[in-house]
Amino acid sequence: MAGDTNFTNDIEESHKGHSYQTADAQGGFDVIKSDELTGKYMNLDLVINRYANERGQLIRILQKAQDIFGYLPEEVQAYIAERTGTPVSEVHGVVTFYSLFSTEPKGKNVFNLCMGTACYVNGAQELMDALKRRLNIDEGETTPDKLFTLKSARCIGACGLAPVLVINEDVHGKTSSSDIEKIIQSIRKKGEKSANKKH
Amino acid sequence: MQIKSIEELKSLKEKHLPLIKQRLGHRNGLGLTQVLVCSGTACTSSESEDIRIRLEEEIQNMGLADNVRVLKTGCFGFCEYGPIVMVHPGEIFYCRVQPKDVKEIVETHITGGEIVERLLYMDKHEGKRVYSIKDINFFKSQKRIVLRNCGVINPEDIGEYVARDGYFALADVVINKRKEDVIEHISKSGLRGRGGAGFLTGKKWEITATQDVTPKYVVCNADEGDPGAFMDRSILEGDPHSVLEAMAIAGYCIGAKQGYIYVRAEYPIAVKRLEIAILQASEMGLLGNNLFNSSFSFMIELRFGAGAFVCGEETSLLHSIMGQRGEPRPRPPFPAQEGLWGKPTLINNVETFANVPVVLREGWEWYSGQGTSTSKGSKVFSLAGRIKNTGLIEVPMGTSLRTVIFDIGGGIPGNKKFKAVQTGGPSGGCIPEEFLDLPIDYESLKETGSMMGSGGMIVMDEENCMVDIARFYLEFSQDESCGRCTPCRIGTKRILEILKRITEGHGEMEDLELLEELSYDVRDASLCGLGQTAPNPVLSTMRYFRDEYIAHVRDKRCPAGVCKGLLHYTIDEAKCAACGLCAKVCAVQAITGGRGQPYRIDPEKCVKCAACAAKCPREAILKGYQKGRGKNNNTGILTGSGSTEDRAAL
Ligand SMILES: Cc1cc2nc3c(=O)[nH]c(=O)nc-3n(C[C@H](O)[C@H](O)[C@H](O)COP(=O)(O)O)c2cc1C
Ligand code: FES
Repeated sequence: MAGDTNFTNDIEESHKGHSYQTADAQGGFDVIKSDELTGKYMNLDLVINRYANERGQLIRILQKAQDIFGYLPEEVQAYIAERTGTPVSEVHGVVTFYSLFSTEPKGKNVFNLCMGTACYVNGAQELMDALKRRLNIDEGETTPDKLFTLKSARCIGACGLAPVLVINEDVHGKTSSSDIEKIIQSIRKKGEKSANKKH
Repeated sequence: MQIKSIEELKSLKEKHLPLIKQRLGHRNGLGLTQVLVCSGTACTSSESEDIRIRLEEEIQNMGLADNVRVLKTGCFGFCEYGPIVMVHPGEIFYCRVQPKDVKEIVETHITGGEIVERLLYMDKHEGKRVYSIKDINFFKSQKRIVLRNCGVINPEDIGEYVARDGYFALADVVINKRKEDVIEHISKSGLRGRGGAGFLTGKKWEITATQDVTPKYVVCNADEGDPGAFMDRSILEGDPHSVLEAMAIAGYCIGAKQGYIYVRAEYPIAVKRLEIAILQASEMGLLGNNLFNSSFSFMIELRFGAGAFVCGEETSLLHSIMGQRGEPRPRPPFPAQEGLWGKPTLINNVETFANVPVVLREGWEWYSGQGTSTSKGSKVFSLAGRIKNTGLIEVPMGTSLRTVIFDIGGGIPGNKKFKAVQTGGPSGGCIPEEFLDLPIDYESLKETGSMMGSGGMIVMDEENCMVDIARFYLEFSQDESCGRCTPCRIGTKRILEILKRITEGHGEMEDLELLEELSYDVRDASLCGLGQTAPNPVLSTMRYFRDEYIAHVRDKRCPAGVCKGLLHYTIDEAKCAACGLCAKVCAVQAITGGRGQPYRIDPEKCVKCAACAAKCPREAILKGYQKGRGKNNNTGILTGSGSTEDRAAL
């Protein structure tokens, strides 16, 4: 993910109520926030126009919307409902049904630990306990500094590499608790460094 | 180019055939070297994409581009030894290749003509390196029918699929056959659904074909929700056209013009391959309007799952394709009668479809000659868990579990003892050692209290606790229960509570009876397959591993040393060197001590994370059961895995 250097700003940004995730690229926060939001809604419009005429594409639209906004806040759900002529209750019902959708913003680094059977019998539970302890959060939560989100996945299909930890998009196979320690420390360090640079 | 006749299909085949033949071992003097890089999910996770790019660069730099081709291919199945790179001619099979090995492969093998020995598969029994894929034990007992193209063709090139006789079955059906005859052909082959229940495929096609409502739809179930199973994904990644071809054939037979593939969004590579395949097939006129100048048209679109296990169940899947909450509904009416938008809909699993072109090409006589009396053909399994050769395998129906686990899978790593194999995922059960010689088919697995399921096979050894495994599956089913019907929503919750109680050491003997009773109730009263099968892991472990349940409940101990509530850690004072490493690593400050004094663990604070035991240089930290401290045997370590001797002593 880009935008490491905007680490501190990212946090402020997310406190203001919407996703900081795409606040990376072009020099960060010189871009005025509302413009950025408008841009996102414009992208969303493109998606809706593309799929609204096909039957049963609500899930696809929501997936794309989540890619754009990072999560699906109520405003976005209401917007999609209105633009597709679907009752808000139905949109919300779909969002809450599927585990892929999130109504909360995610942290900068999403740890997705596979808890599929192959990973489980190879010690994924111990890793999960270690992660929870180390990050001091529960499954599905985000650390207060918005650096880490901890989630569990159901078999990502790399069972040969069990236990598997996916960090953002990177797959780490045969993970041990000492690997976890190293990874967390290096992310924290990176964060501190860029924070120091700002001051 | 649009293909409109069998002749045109043949000329496309001829064009690609020489390359394919070389990969199948023909020395046809092409003067060309082909390097195949596995690009399935497992190998991609370990940098196979990087390897492929580097290979291309290196070959370009060396000026070899005219005589060497680098290609992607689908899963070889030997995931444990990935990333895999195969060089033709010679079928040289390199394992666990890393990006840094690329230079050596190009310099030594491709330019120098010498094989890079250190990257070959090492046969530990024979103590020598194996050159060719054919001589590796993992592949010897397999019979690849569905996976015949995986590891052979480039899944992103339709021409290579055609060179393997792809789309010829579709052409023949559309141009020459009556739909009734095709359905009869499928029926006679004895092909049964690979999605779990094993319903006769020909029968299902016939029922859908005889509905006189239009339009009709064909749906491919690629939801593959069983955690630890990856057969369908590998087929889609390695041979996507086989599924497209079969869906078109099904469309012709039942009278549908539109097909949907419902695929998990968690499978990005499979999705991409499918998109490419649909695009290429449409460009070639093998999907679209008026196939082979007939009146038959067929289109395929993708629909995405969004992480809900219940959506693998067919009625839930239909709701999800229509963009709704994926909740099941009672059957009948069956999807074949009332499916998508209330119209007749044929739903088959990925692997079921992948069998269809083969059945038509090779003939039903041949196909029904494979397998057992009730289960024909082959079955793909994904082998994972406590097994040496994790990966994807295909064997004829009727092969024994022992062959699969010990000959192909290589047995259990670390000299551990086999305990059980789990088939059928959250709907299946655990099969103990006594059934290892059972021939695998739909009926025999059912008799053991498990089921075929979609083909996930998870091997467990003595370090896995069966009560904990039951709890694991119930947690899964409970979490995935959609909440539509009460027995499943509440029942699984209650079952899970009891199991938790037992694993935490608060179980009573009455709990065991309650557990059994509740399991039967949930099984009998639930609305859909999820609830009806959710108790299976409990029932089967209670049937075969009752002693483990009793150990947890009565003796408050977990024989496998897994359940934390029943464990405690102590430091062997005689061995402790007072180095303090354990105290440092303890996240909850449960360990105290000082220079020259042995350290101690405060059981009240200890969260049993085992971090200290992993750190201790002298292996002085012992894992024992709550009641009756573990004895010190010769090695001084109580591993907790509970050797029989220890178990007896406790
Ligand atoms: C809870 C549940 C989950 C299921 N998951 C899958 C799945 O992931 N893939 C699949 O092909 N079938 C799954 N099935 C079976 C389908 O309902 C259906 O029987 C199957 O797709 C039919 O195809 P077949 O006749 O080719 O086997 C599931 C069934 C249940 C009850
Ligand atoms: S179970 Fe974890 S990757 Fe399959």
